[in-house]
Amino acid sequence: MSKTNLTRRGVLKSGAVAGAGVALPTIFTASSAAAYTNEPTGSSVTLGFNVPQTGPYADEGADELRAYELAVEHLNGGGDGGMMNTFSSKALKGNGILGKKVEYVTGDTQTKSDAARASAKSMIEKDGAVMITGGSSSGVAVAVQALCQEAGVIFMAGLTHSNDTTGKDKRANGFRHFFNSYMSGAALAPILAANYGTDRKAYHLTADYNWGYTTEEAVKTSTEAMGWETVAAVRTPLTQTDFSSYIAPVLQSGADVLVLNHYGGNMVNSLTNAVQFGLRDKLVNNKNFEIVVPLYSRLMARGAGANVKGIYGSTNWHWSLQDEGTKAFVKSFGTKYGFPPSQAAHTTYVQALLYADACERAGTFNPCGVAEALEGFEFDGMGNGKTLYRAEDHQCFKDVLVVRGKENPTSEFDLLEIVEVTPVDQVTYDASIFGGDLGTCNPGA
Amino acid sequence: MLGLKKKDATLLLIVIGLTMFAPFILNPFPDGSAMAQFNAGYPDLMQRFVIFGIFAIGFNILFGLTGYLSFGHAAFLGIGSYSAVWMFKLLSMNVIPAILLAMVMSGLFALLIGFISLRRSGIYFSILTLAFAQMMFALAYSVLTPITGGETGLQLALDDPRVLGASQTAGGNIPVPGLFGMEMRNSFDLAISSWVFTFNVGYYFCALILIAAFYLAIRIFRSPFGMMLRAIKSNQTRLNYTGLNPRPYTLAAFVISGMYAGLAGGLMASMDPLAGAERMFWTASGEVVLMTILGGAGTLIGPVLGAGMIKYMENIISKINSDILHSWFAFLPDGLEDFIVAIVYPFIGKGWHLTLGIIFMLVVIFLPGGLVEGGQRIAKWLKRGKTEDTKPGKSTEPAE
Repeated sequence: MSKTNLTRRGVLKSGAVAGAGVALPTIFTASSAAAYTNEPTGSSVTLGFNVPQTGPYADEGADELRAYELAVEHLNGGGDGGMMNTFSSKALKGNGILGKKVEYVTGDTQTKSDAARASAKSMIEKDGAVMITGGSSSGVAVAVQALCQEAGVIFMAGLTHSNDTTGKDKRANGFRHFFNSYMSGAALAPILAANYGTDRKAYHLTADYNWGYTTEEAVKTSTEAMGWETVAAVRTPLTQTDFSSYIAPVLQSGADVLVLNHYGGNMVNSLTNAVQFGLRDKLVNNKNFEIVVPLYSRLMARGAGANVKGIYGSTNWHWSLQDEGTKAFVKSFGTKYGFPPSQAAHTTYVQALLYADACERAGTFNPCGVAEALEGFEFDGMGNGKTLYRAEDHQCFKDVLVVRGKENPTSEFDLLEIVEVTPVDQVTYDASIFGGDLGTCNPGA
Repeated sequence: MLGLKKKDATLLLIVIGLTMFAPFILNPFPDGSAMAQFNAGYPDLMQRFVIFGIFAIGFNILFGLTGYLSFGHAAFLGIGSYSAVWMFKLLSMNVIPAILLAMVMSGLFALLIGFISLRRSGIYFSILTLAFAQMMFALAYSVLTPITGGETGLQLALDDPRVLGASQTAGGNIPVPGLFGMEMRNSFDLAISSWVFTFNVGYYFCALILIAAFYLAIRIFRSPFGMMLRAIKSNQTRLNYTGLNPRPYTLAAFVISGMYAGLAGGLMASMDPLAGAERMFWTASGEVVLMTILGGAGTLIGPVLGAGMIKYMENIISKINSDILHSWFAFLPDGLEDFIVAIVYPFIGKGWHLTLGIIFMLVVIFLPGGLVEGGQRIAKWLKRGKTEDTKPGKSTEPAE
């Protein structure tokens, strides 16, 4: 009779060893097989939409998310196809990307760099997202872009206007379709000179953070080149809600133009204060006092109400444009949601399509292949006319819109009118002027 | 064991067990199943669990023992992060010097802020610390932009000096933080049938530090120094009458607590080399107060549980969107499905704050001792079910 000595502990032990043995081969296959981070192996591919759902830019975030959902629908062959029909590249067939069905995960950036990175990380590590897109603040965009560079996935920036995103802080895995402060300044200056003359004295109120600085710098440089003089540039705290103490000294300074380098709620409040102080009815140096807002958005115009009438600013895109791409996009967005899209929705929709198209043309989801397909890519039919994704800094170059608050708006969406479409040549700059270094593309894994 | 009583040793062993087997515990659902949504066993979140656990343990040394409610603790977290990132930029990508500098700097700031704030107690102390933290946030956000990177945050760049390491990797990328060549982001996946468990270097590094920090906290709680701090909490006036000056003790507790926060900040930067000013915002300070109270202020393990709970809600509940909800309830008839989704939707996704608020209120009202009291009640109830004549266990006292 043999002695088996079958104890509970012994059975557990040998079971564990056997289990580890079974598991062992998969350990080696799991980590070494992928050629790049989150290579999609199944019948679907996951994209990560990282937008602010809470916090000061939640409205923009909600509109971005609507646009992404629309883009996914179109990529998977649903709906009317939107801009896929007007897009100059015909690589997209409406069967997902590279034959894989597009799925998506969403996250909340809270407009905080930390939260945005945590959310993006969970999309990459947990949900296996192969591309991250979204954001509606430059701080968040720069932070998430750096993360994607480290992790080895593509980042398609959403609403971010600071020069730094594709300037000082550019990364090889990051791409931006939206325009920037420099372009705003370059597009606005000639219009301002034509309407207000070349011997104006400007007074800047600037939101005290990174985006404010680059916008102030851009507007200052380009208006001074037209012959304007900058009397003063005052920084205002980002959390300020009452700007009366900043408006009062403006008239004493002898300035006859006020430039508000503010965005979102800041701009709504400062503009309202300035108008309430009667600045626009004043005559200074025998000229009508004027106000300029370098970056406009429809949501801001709505917040400021009647105060925006006749005030100049710039935007990336506006739904009242009459080209085929814009019409197709506004139609499918309007059909689905019942109102026209904002510029945030437009840029994110376009970014999603551009990414999908680049994957198709590259034949892979590998970030390095996708980046190569996007670099130097020229396209049309996406609402901004002929556009170039410049290889040197991954910034899109396209026409910029100069807009003005409408005198007689017909609806709450019809608040801005297009004054001029500034051609792309006028807003193009040398890629090296902002410093920074792209580095090399990182496929991860 | 290690100078601990049996009960504390058991607690330490539980913490060691929980942290070491976290990749298994947090991934109970097979990959690809509908419930996989609730898995939390991915590196970033596991790291956050332990890092915020350390932060909350440190906060509890001050708040739980002395009763001084600091409402500006996030400032030290931020200082720790900034110091660590500067170490990565200037010295090398090794995490050890970064974490050491983070602790030293936050300790120094805690000494200064504590020295001033501790002249008052109660609500005035809270307001003073809040004011300091907001001041530091404002400085970091705009005035000190050259040092802190302002709104964008402090990031690594390809042209940083890194005198003891390489400015860039051979591939032309920014190097990643590591411990003597072991990269913090490295992880390996263990696939057992359809379960996937991820073991991450950074996580285990943080977990070891959490265990050390937890052990130190036990020793502080059980030491004569800890007893002194409790005395301050229960009746400071009486302590004054006995001829003792409580301020050196509270200041020491404040500095220790600040250094714990700095350690957590340094670890955060080591896992993800970026430091942003939002880390010092007052809501971040409020969060650690919530974690401690939710878990059970004045208890050893409570803050760790509270930190885990809040981070889980923030990262998991907030990611459930309406599409996922619809897929859960797809088996119901259409009208009913929409109705249920409409009811549940405000509490998930971007509404996770609402859910957290409700849970917090329920805990504070019904379990003043936090989750730990909940656990004790369940344990007591189970015991009573077995033997009738067990004497009631020592219950947790609420902090204030």
